[in-house]
Amino acid sequence: MEMRSPMGRALGLGSARSGFGHWWGQRLSAAALVLLGLWFAVSVLGLVSTDYWAVAAWAGEPLHAILLVLFLGTLLYHSSLGIQVVIEDYVHGPVAHVAALVVNRFVHVVLAVAGAWSVIALSAGGQA
Amino acid sequence: MSQPNRPLSPHLGVYRWQISNTLSIVHRLTGVMLSLGAVVFTVWLVALAGGPDAYLGVVGVLRSPLGVLALAGWTLCFFYHLCNGIRHLCWDAGLGFEIAQARASGKAVVAAAVVLTTAFWLVVLTGSGS
Repeated sequence: MEMRSPMGRALGLGSARSGFGHWWGQRLSAAALVLLGLWFAVSVLGLVSTDYWAVAAWAGEPLHAILLVLFLGTLLYHSSLGIQVVIEDYVHGPVAHVAALVVNRFVHVVLAVAGAWSVIALSAGGQA
Repeated sequence: MSQPNRPLSPHLGVYRWQISNTLSIVHRLTGVMLSLGAVVFTVWLVALAGGPDAYLGVVGVLRSPLGVLALAGWTLCFFYHLCNGIRHLCWDAGLGFEIAQARASGKAVVAAAVVLTTAFWLVVLTGSGS
């Protein structure tokens, strides 16, 4: 069955263009989050009964700091892609639609930078 | 321009409610909840870098009854979204598309999420000593 519209065929547009990047990014980050998420869940089990200094020292260790930044970054990237689809599905109206998409990206980037900076600060050994 | 022979999305008004579409909706719902959880995770990291006072403030909220309830909810969302995400990745690889397989894997995902959440909180509550 021909799935493309005549206009789409004339313009040479169709699938496997910009939409593919979103789809693939979501799958790739999902696969990474299976590993990173399980690592974080197991790590939390080891941290729940410890005090502030133990948690801060744990997060500052090189391997843990690297995995924490990878986990947070991948989590927020996956989250931004998912929330983007929800906005595209449910937020209508030209202004609200674009505004929600922009706010979504901004909030996720701010969270990623703030979280990554925190881990780097912990890794550097001092409190902020 | 329109092509009437294109496949149509199921019309929700006449679409029979079943396990496959329920789990799909729950996947999206848990994903949105986990996005909120990612905000709390980031706040926790920033507080950790901010020092003991900031950290104990955040942990105090998380250890309150409402905080623990929220954390338990996020744990269930996490394990459900994780297991069902693996189910989705299998579908993307072309595996498990038969209706009987999809229903069985759906039930397995729900069971695994409940078991993993219960096991996680058993370790938290018995291992923490508090």
